[in-house]
Formats: sequence, C-alpha cells, structure tokens
Amino acid sequence: MFEKETIDKIKKNKEDWEKEIYEPLINKHPERKKDFENLSAIKIDKLYTPLDIKNDNYPEDIGFPGSYPFLRGIHSTMHRGRLWTMRQFAGFGSAEETNQRYKYLLEHGETGLSVAFDYPTLYGYDSDHPLARGEFGKCGVAISSLKDMELLFKDIPIDDVTTSMTINGPAAIVWAFYIANAENRGISKGLIGGTIQNDILKEYIAQKSYIFPPEPSMRLIVDTFEYGFKHVPRWNTISISGYHIREAGSTAVQELAFTLGDGLEYVRAAMKRGLDIDKFAPRLSFFFNAHNDLFEEIAKYRAARRIWAREMKKLGAKKERSLLMRFHTQTAGCSLSAQQPEINIVRVTIQALAAVLGGTQSLHTNSMDEALALPSEKAVRIALRTQQIIAEESGVTHTIDPLGGSYYVEWLTDKMEEETYRYFDRVEKLGGVIPAIEKGFFQREIAEAAYKYQKEIDGHTRTIVGVNEYKTDEPVDIPILKMDEKGESRQIKRLNDLRKNRDQRKLDTLLEKLRKAAEGDENLMPFILDCVHQYATLGEICQVFRDVYGEYREPSLY
Amino acid sequence: MINTLTSKALQGDQRSIAKLITIVENDTSDATDAMKQIHPHTGNAHVIGITGVMGCGKSTLIYELTKKYRKQGKTVGIIAIDPTSPFSGGALLGDRIRMMELAMDEGVFIRSMGTRGMLGGLTSSVYDVVEIMDASGKDIVLVETVGVGQAEVDIIKISDTTIVVVVPGLGDSIQTLKAGIMEIADIYVVNKADRQGVEQTVAEVQSLVEIECSNKERKTPIIETIAKESKHIDTLVETIDEHKQFLKETKKLEQQRRNRYESELVEIIRKKLMSYVFNEEKFKETIEDLLQKIRSKEIDPHTASELILKKIMKT
Amino acid sequence: MINMERKIRILIAKPGLDGHDRGAKIVARALRDAGMEVIYTGLHQTPAMIVEAAIQEDVDVIGLSLLSGAHMTLFVDVADMLKEKGMEDVLLLGGGIIPEADIPKLHEKGIAGVFGPGTTTEDIVEFVKKNVK
Repeated sequence: MFEKETIDKIKKNKEDWEKEIYEPLINKHPERKKDFENLSAIKIDKLYTPLDIKNDNYPEDIGFPGSYPFLRGIHSTMHRGRLWTMRQFAGFGSAEETNQRYKYLLEHGETGLSVAFDYPTLYGYDSDHPLARGEFGKCGVAISSLKDMELLFKDIPIDDVTTSMTINGPAAIVWAFYIANAENRGISKGLIGGTIQNDILKEYIAQKSYIFPPEPSMRLIVDTFEYGFKHVPRWNTISISGYHIREAGSTAVQELAFTLGDGLEYVRAAMKRGLDIDKFAPRLSFFFNAHNDLFEEIAKYRAARRIWAREMKKLGAKKERSLLMRFHTQTAGCSLSAQQPEINIVRVTIQALAAVLGGTQSLHTNSMDEALALPSEKAVRIALRTQQIIAEESGVTHTIDPLGGSYYVEWLTDKMEEETYRYFDRVEKLGGVIPAIEKGFFQREIAEAAYKYQKEIDGHTRTIVGVNEYKTDEPVDIPILKMDEKGESRQIKRLNDLRKNRDQRKLDTLLEKLRKAAEGDENLMPFILDCVHQYATLGEICQVFRDVYGEYREPSLY
Repeated sequence: MINTLTSKALQGDQRSIAKLITIVENDTSDATDAMKQIHPHTGNAHVIGITGVMGCGKSTLIYELTKKYRKQGKTVGIIAIDPTSPFSGGALLGDRIRMMELAMDEGVFIRSMGTRGMLGGLTSSVYDVVEIMDASGKDIVLVETVGVGQAEVDIIKISDTTIVVVVPGLGDSIQTLKAGIMEIADIYVVNKADRQGVEQTVAEVQSLVEIECSNKERKTPIIETIAKESKHIDTLVETIDEHKQFLKETKKLEQQRRNRYESELVEIIRKKLMSYVFNEEKFKETIEDLLQKIRSKEIDPHTASELILKKIMKT
Repeated sequence: MINMERKIRILIAKPGLDGHDRGAKIVARALRDAGMEVIYTGLHQTPAMIVEAAIQEDVDVIGLSLLSGAHMTLFVDVADMLKEKGMEDVLLLGGGIIPEADIPKLHEKGIAGVFGPGTTTEDIVEFVKKNVK
C-alpha cells in the first residue's frame, strides 16, 4: 500500500521513536504489564503501523464489501442498506407462555424470532418421558408435537417474520413441525424463512446435545440441505456454530478455526452425496460468539469472511452467493457475572458493538440476569434497547467496515487467519474433522483453554469485575423470571389428548415407512413430514431413529 | 468389623466389596487381616488384562466383552486404572464414562483406580483388588490400564490372559511403540478395523508375531474388531477361552499364577519396607541426617542404604 | 516421601440432560491437582446411576453439576437415595446455576455445599478438605 521508500522511512522513524521517546518513558514508568495478551494468548504490541500490514495488496487482500474476498462485508451496503436482524433467543415453559414472550419482543422492536427449546426437546424426548423429569421448560420451551408448534406461533405472522430455531439432534423433525404448521395455516413452504441450527459436529465438540452417532447425523443434515434448496428455498438449513465452542471455553482463534472447519466438513459431505455446491451453499449460515475483547472479535469476523470465501472457491463454488459467510451473533453468555448483574449490561454493550462493527447480519444480546435465570421482561427489553441504541444513536452504521484500515485490526485479522490455517493443518494431519473428534482433539484444546482461563481468574492474573475484583457484599436484588407452574401438567394433558385423538393406525403405517426409509438412503424429510402431519410426537419419531441408528456416547474424558 | 466386611464381600455384597477395596488401597492395618481371609477363596476367576494407547477403544472393547460375558451368564469385575499424577498425587479416573449403564447390572462391578505407585507401575493393591473380585464370586476380572508409564507392561504379571489393543493409522508404526508392550500379548486386537490402514497394521503385527513366536508353542492370535459396532467380539471371547484352555492344558496357568504371586510379594514387601523406612518416626531423623550427609559428600547413597538396612535388621 | 495418606475419592457427576460440562471438567481437574482421585461419570446420568457409581467407587464426596434448572428434582433425588442406602456420610455438593432462593432448601435436603457462578476452584477444594468425613 505504501511505496518501499515510505516504508523504510516509517521503519526508521519507529526505531527512533522507540529509542528516543518510548524507552525512556517506560524506564521511568514501566507499563502496567510485562506482556499484553488477548484472550487467544496472542501478544498485542504497543502500537501498530503500516509496517504491520502483511496482506497489503488492497485490491486482492482487502477489497470491497459485496465482492471477493468479502473481508469488508458480504453486501455492498451492509447496515446502511439494512440493519442487522434483532433476534432475541427466547423460550421457556410451555408453548403458550413463550408465545406471549414472542409477542412482547416483536412489540418492542425485535425483527426476527429465535426459539430456545428445553432439554427434553433438544434430546428428542416428549415432555412425559421419564428422562424429562424435572427438566420441563426449564431452559427453553417444550415442543413435543405439531400441536405445540401451532400454539407457539399462534397469531404470529410467520409469512412475514423469519424464525431461527436452536435445535440440533432432532432438527429435521422440529423443522418439519414448523413447515407443517405453516402449511396448515395456508402459507406455502416456498415463502417461509428462517434457520435451523442443525450443526451436529459442534455438538460432539462442545454443546453435547447430540442423539445419534456422526454418520447418520450427517446423513440427516444433508437430507435437510437437499430438501431445503428444493422445497424451502428461503430457509437456512444450517447455522454452523462457534458460539457454543466459545462458551465451552475455547479461545477466539479456536472458535474461528473449529467453526469454519466444521463448515467445510458439511460442504464436503453434501458434495460427496452429489449435491451441487452452488445449490446448497447459499443457504449455509453461521453463528458466532461476541466476547469481551472488542478488536479481537471484530478481526475474527473479518477473517472468517475472507477464509470462507477463499475455501469455498477452492472447493469449486462458482456463484458469488455460495461464498458469503452470513452470520448471526450472540453476546457471550459465559462472560456474564451473577454478582452485580447490572454491570452485565455494560459487557453486553461492548460485545454487541463488536458484532455490529464486525458486520453481523443478525444479533442477540444477552440480558443482565442470565447468569441467574432466564431473562425477565424488563431485562430482555434493556437487551433489545442496547441494540437499538447502537443502531440509532451511535453512528457506527453510517459507513461499512469502519475499522478497515486500522493498522491493529488489519494486523490482527491477518494473524487470526494465520492461526486458523495452522489449526486446519493439525486437523488434517489427524485425518479430518470426524477422526479428530473421535480422538478428542477439539475437546482437549477447549478444556485446556477453559482451565487456563479459570486458573487466571482464581490466581487474580485476570480480573473479572465484580467477581474477583471490585466486589460488593450487597445481596443481588433483581426480579427473576417465574414460570407458570401449571405449564407442565397442561403439556402432559395435551400430549395424552393428542395421542388419543389421532389416527393411530395411519400413523403406525407412516412410522413404519419412516423406519424403512431410515434404513435406506432416500431423503427422510418427506417421510418425517408425513408423520408430523399425523401428529406423531417428537419422541416417537426420534425413537424410530434411535432404534435404527443407536445413540452416541462420549468416548472419553477429553 | 473387618471380619463382617470380609464375609459380606465374599457373599458378593457390593458395598462391602467397595469398602474392602478402599481398605486395601489405603493399606491400613486391616488390609492384612482382610487379605488373610480373602486369599483362600481366590483362583476361580479368569483374569484378563487389557492395555493399549489412548484412543484405541479399550473402554468400548471392555463394554462389549462384558455384555457378551453377561449374556453367557458370567459375572464380571472391571478394574479401570489411570495414572496418578506424580506431582499432585491426584488422578482423573475417566474410564467409567463409557460403562455407567453397565454398572447398573448387578452382575457387573466396576472400580476405578489410580496407579498411586511411586514408579508409575501397578501397586500391590491392584493385586489385592483382583483377589477381592475373584473371591467375591466374579467369573471374569477385566483389568484395564492406559498406555502410559510402567503399568501397561506390569499388567502381564497380574493377568492370566493379556490383550494388547492397537488401532490403524495411529501415526506410529507398531515398531515404534514402547519397548516391551508388544511382547507381552497373549492376544492382539486390532480395533477400529474399519479404518484406513488396517491391512498395514495387521501385517506389522503379523511380522512381529512371526519373530516373537518362532520357537514358541503358541502363535499369538490377531483379532480384528470394530468394538463400537460390536463386531467380532464373539471371536475375541472364543480366543480368550482358547487361551484359557491352553494355559490349563500346558500347565502354564500355574506358572502364570506363580509369577503373579511373586510379583505381588515383591510389591508388598517393597511397599511395606518403604513405608517402614520413610514413615516410621524412629527412622525419620536417621533418614534426614543421612540425606544431609549425602548432600555434603560425607557419605555416599550406597553406604547410607547399608546403614539403613542394618538398622532395620536390628529392629 | 511416599504418599501413604488416604486419598479423598470424589465422584463428579452430571445428572439429567444438561450437556454443559465446562465447569465439571475444570473442577475435576482442579481436584486432581489438589491430590484427590476424581471419578468423572460423564453426561446424562440418572440419580440411580450416580448412587450406584458412588457405592462401587466407595467415594467420600459426590459433586453434582447442573446448569439446566432441574436441580430441585435431580439433586434432591440423589440426596434421598443416599439417605435410603444409609450413605449420609458421603459429602454431597452441588454446582451450576442455582438461584439463591433454592439454596436453603437444598441444604435442608442434605446438599452440604452449593457453588454458583463466580466460585473459585480453591473454594471447592477447601470446602471438600474441610468437610469430608
């Protein structure tokens, strides 16, 4: 970017500055720390200058938003054209309660819906399964059937607003509930838009809500890709996630590397089946964490866009839409403190800002009480307002990729890319993503990083405000969300009624057809939809798959 | 108290077996009394040792073997050994993860142990735990060790049948595996046999077998398994049975057992001696004093040890 | 020199469907570093499986980790089963996301220590060392 003469001059000036101005000062007043490291243990220098920018061929390495390599943004207008979707993850208790919360959020300005399911649902169990004991509705909404889905979206314009559903093991089935509900309401599946998380690889690595072993799980996912681009073209059939990897304790670099690695694995799996990359790739989406280190997070999103575009090109994608790394972001749950919860609002603001400056397409901001419970109405309203203030009052959306050209951010973007490729190599040497999972590679990396972080907190070399420093004795006094205690019994009654009132014989035939198809290699979505329309429950359909595919058990400690 | 515990354990009461194991692990004075009563009831169980590097699927193999044995109506005791940290003295015992449901079967007893030994090998308490499981009526005792330290080679001393598990594509060829580990096998298992490179791995093991067994009565069999799909576990069970028969017919079983007791004796004596020398009050001062003298070069370690032994003989 | 001290044996378990094991693994490792023998059960344990493991491993302490909100059911189930089996000398601890309001009830039921967000690993190690029977 600069001519050699200028670079040499800058170099000389920097040396002079260090010798004559910087060093004398630190000899008198040393810096606060010996080394300043970010959360990925990357050493951060005191100053960045044009000397630090390696990839400085602007046209090729940095470029323009909306064109390869998409470093500065995937669209040519970004937030000037359309603000990110304000999409607050929500769900608790029974479908009726969550339906109320969705209406509240839409009323207060959220622009997209996002469903959190309870643990039994995540694992494909009905609310009355013995393993569901004590877990009903506790960390998300309980959805056991099409009936529940109907109630969940009652009076909500699903032809007008998109819905993201955080569901993995039974994703295909829950998606079928959503599609069937739309169809019953007279809304064509060609029109509905949304996302299913459907990212099983990160389940084995981090979130652990897997059901079946890797091979059949990948098959189900590729089935959804295919069904999606053929019949539900506005739907993102996967949200390749780093959020959970980060929450499990990974560094930002690991989050970046492991997520993109998973993504490429899905692409390869789909191509192996013979699907055209340019048909399914446009509907792949991503989901990242927004953690505390502002600039590291921004660099992470930028690097992600460039790496993804490059790798997808390598895999043979020809259409531009196949190269776009579209992503949703959630601010880091693991960074929230239970102590002095109000200060979480500040944390979330910084994190949300990072996501916006990083060019996110969609954003969820955590509520201040989430280290203690699911968000209360007041707390979630503040979280939403946080996004709205950034959007309307801060001015950061006036221009695209405002931090582009920052010597620090460009250097850090390049550095994170470099570290990511190092991880790609290591995983390749282990035989690929799935062998690496079986060998416990990702799990060990994450556990090491998590342990290191905790040791730093315990040892006071890392300060967490309000937790190990700046503490108060004040008891925590904020309203905690209370759920409807009658929700569970209502749900169980609903399930019993449903089982009584449906055509059991017809359903049994369809479940048998599903089982046969599961043993073969036809696309399973139509079979699942048939069962769903007959009011099969989530547990019943998952049981068919459990019988055919077995269940996955974690291999070892790390 | 110890007598009640022991008699209950002999009848197969789980709580008592577990508490007895704790007593011998902590080597309290009750341990000797307990083992006095336990030992006469041993000798029935077939003791199978299973070792191999991390990631070779030992735990899954044990899970599958146990299921098969249970189907045959046999009861199974499993000892899962993980290394004790030489720095902290603690241990992370994670082998149970794969076997949690198995333990709900009352014919299966699983105990996790740290190596606890100074040398990283199997301490005498492992021998005791094998005896307790044997005496409490288990038909099969499976001992699993991870492939680090000395434990994996020591396992041959305890087991009637030693199984070494390898997997294809480990990155290391068999040749580079730790010296000794490949030579101890009575049965080789090549697990994850659906992986790439399995032919090469089997070939490497075969050539090893050719060399090792060139003038032995029995050629060590090589079994390919896919444990996570329960494939060829039947073959493995049969092969273990064949080995058991072989040991009986050639009277090698007696030799094996003799070796076991000799090793155990060595371990117990070593442990008791060390405990005596380094923990008894009357020796502590002497030891400290000698250590100072060794440091200041007044005396060398050999002379010092002779002095200690002389003192022991006198007591 | 040779450590003949009795080792504290502790079972770290994740009851129910909650899959968040970051904390459980960190605590397991910290306890190991403090010289204890830690048996980790892995995910998705029923109270019966946990108690069975506690019996066979003859543990001194059980640590339950749960972040899904199901603690009042599952922790209490474990406590009740231990009582039934006459195993009240086993120190029972709970960790995870547990609202302040629930803690007194858990104490009543026999869960001796409850450790929420912000707990240091030292807190847990100290508590175990001080309260193990």
